[in-house]
Amino acid sequence: MALNHYFNNIVTATTSIFEGMSITFSHLLRKPVTIQYPDRVEKPVQEMLPARYRGILDLDINLCTACTACQRACPIDCIHIDEVKVDKTYIIVPETGRKVAKIKSPAVFNINIAKCMYCGLCTEACSTSAIKHTPKFEMSTDNLNNLILRFVPPEESERLKAEEPEVIKRAEERKAAEAAARAAAKAAEKKSPPDPE
Amino acid sequence: MYEFLSSLIQRHELLKSLPDEWVYLVGMLIFAGIVLTFASLFAGITSYVERRIAGRMMSRIGPNRVGPHGFLQWLADGIKTFQKEDIIPAQADRALFRFAPYIVFAGFFASFVVLPFSSALIISDLNVGLIYIFAVTSFVVVGILMAGWASNNKWSLFGGMRSAAQIVSYEIPEGLAALPIIFLAGTLSTQGIIQAQGWAPWDWFIFHNPFTFIAFFIFYITLLAEGNRAPFDIPEAESELVSGYNTEYSGMRFLLFFFAEWGNLWVMGAIMTIMFLGGWQSPFHFDNALLTHLIELLIFTAKTSVIIFITIQLRWTLPRVRVDQLMNVCWKYLVPFSFVNLFGVAIWMLVFPNGFAPMSYLMTLLGVLILGIFIRRVIYNLKQAHVEIHVNPLI
Repeated sequence: MALNHYFNNIVTATTSIFEGMSITFSHLLRKPVTIQYPDRVEKPVQEMLPARYRGILDLDINLCTACTACQRACPIDCIHIDEVKVDKTYIIVPETGRKVAKIKSPAVFNINIAKCMYCGLCTEACSTSAIKHTPKFEMSTDNLNNLILRFVPPEESERLKAEEPEVIKRAEERKAAEAAARAAAKAAEKKSPPDPE
Repeated sequence: MYEFLSSLIQRHELLKSLPDEWVYLVGMLIFAGIVLTFASLFAGITSYVERRIAGRMMSRIGPNRVGPHGFLQWLADGIKTFQKEDIIPAQADRALFRFAPYIVFAGFFASFVVLPFSSALIISDLNVGLIYIFAVTSFVVVGILMAGWASNNKWSLFGGMRSAAQIVSYEIPEGLAALPIIFLAGTLSTQGIIQAQGWAPWDWFIFHNPFTFIAFFIFYITLLAEGNRAPFDIPEAESELVSGYNTEYSGMRFLLFFFAEWGNLWVMGAIMTIMFLGGWQSPFHFDNALLTHLIELLIFTAKTSVIIFITIQLRWTLPRVRVDQLMNVCWKYLVPFSFVNLFGVAIWMLVFPNGFAPMSYLMTLLGVLILGIFIRRVIYNLKQAHVEIHVNPLI
């Protein structure tokens, strides 16, 4: 009925305005949720971020085996790796406790963080969890070149590249020695046939 | 203030020697300056307070960087806008474009003439006070329409036309809702209306009888529409008309529009206080005239501030109404109800020529009850949200 509708409208308007005002008034007494970044925060914003926050990438150079899996996983090619051979060592992946042989190391490991889209595919590809996201996010700069992260310093890079032939030679020598030792063992086996028993 | 100047002339030899007209002119200019200073300070500080309140209502903080707790934000904004270039569009009607903000400002500022601050603090107690207020506040529509037309911009013109339609329509329920009070007080003068009330809530006109109680809300809604305040701010609806009639303005002229908008808050609150909430009536009477007036001034300001706060809260609670809804509210709801009210009060005055005190007490009780339910709802909403309580307004 039209008259009913008319008075219903008045009741609805009055009660809904009343209820709306009680809600807005209750908001006056609530604590604002604003975080006053950067100067009026109770603790650094990095500590408030969730554990799996994908911030700027970081590399643990000791764990990296220069497998280039991350370079291949990156959809926008912002990782650049030059690998060199190094003396064989064993590393232990901290998260799983797995033992991995390291025979190569990056001579150049650059990430162009300006291009990076923080998809996290490189960290998933990494078998030794050397490359990781950090909660860091403040890296504003006035020069685009400052946004290329160079994890291997140039002098270290040159040293590694210069040592590589020697490393290869050493590895070959060791391989040759191992092969010789194996051959000698075989020969010895042939000379003394197994016991007739 | 005329009486005050006359007594000054009587007392001082120096003023007696001067022509009377000159003394009155200079005196009135000084009073106008004082009121202008008050209005400017009020408009500026209210813009800051409103932003802080709006922030808290949205769980934000609001401006808190300039000065102590951001208190000087209004000054920074004002000075910044003041320094901007005064751009006039090439296709605009230059004379009208320049003149429009002054008309809006004059319309708002002229109403201060009859707004009292205490029993003696009033520029002039005109015997047609309320009619004068309605007359000068509708002067604003001329300025807004002029601004919208002279800008030669479709959005501005829309804003101006909407404003004209809105203010002209809402003047009818405004006048009809004011009539019951004029009946009861028997006068149009603002001081006379206040003197017809008492200091206690049951002596106020809002609680006089059920009809004046409804008239209070009708009148408040029409005042919101007259002052272009949300939810009736369709002349400058940001989401539809960019900024409506003041889209093309910049610099000082733009500032004048906003000055009038925020200053209008005081005018609205003061009119409501005068007509329904007992004005400056105070229960305390001292021998010291200064102290008495100070108390009266405080009471008047406090009542006005409550109305201003509700106006601000409404702005941040309700969505903007559409143009057709605006007209519906006016013609289908407010106008019939204000007519009913008018007859109701007339009959009430016939039946109870000297008022009916039990009804006043009952209505006061109703008012307290509504306030109590409101507080209960606020507490309920707070409990429902399970949030940290932070009562301190400064953060």
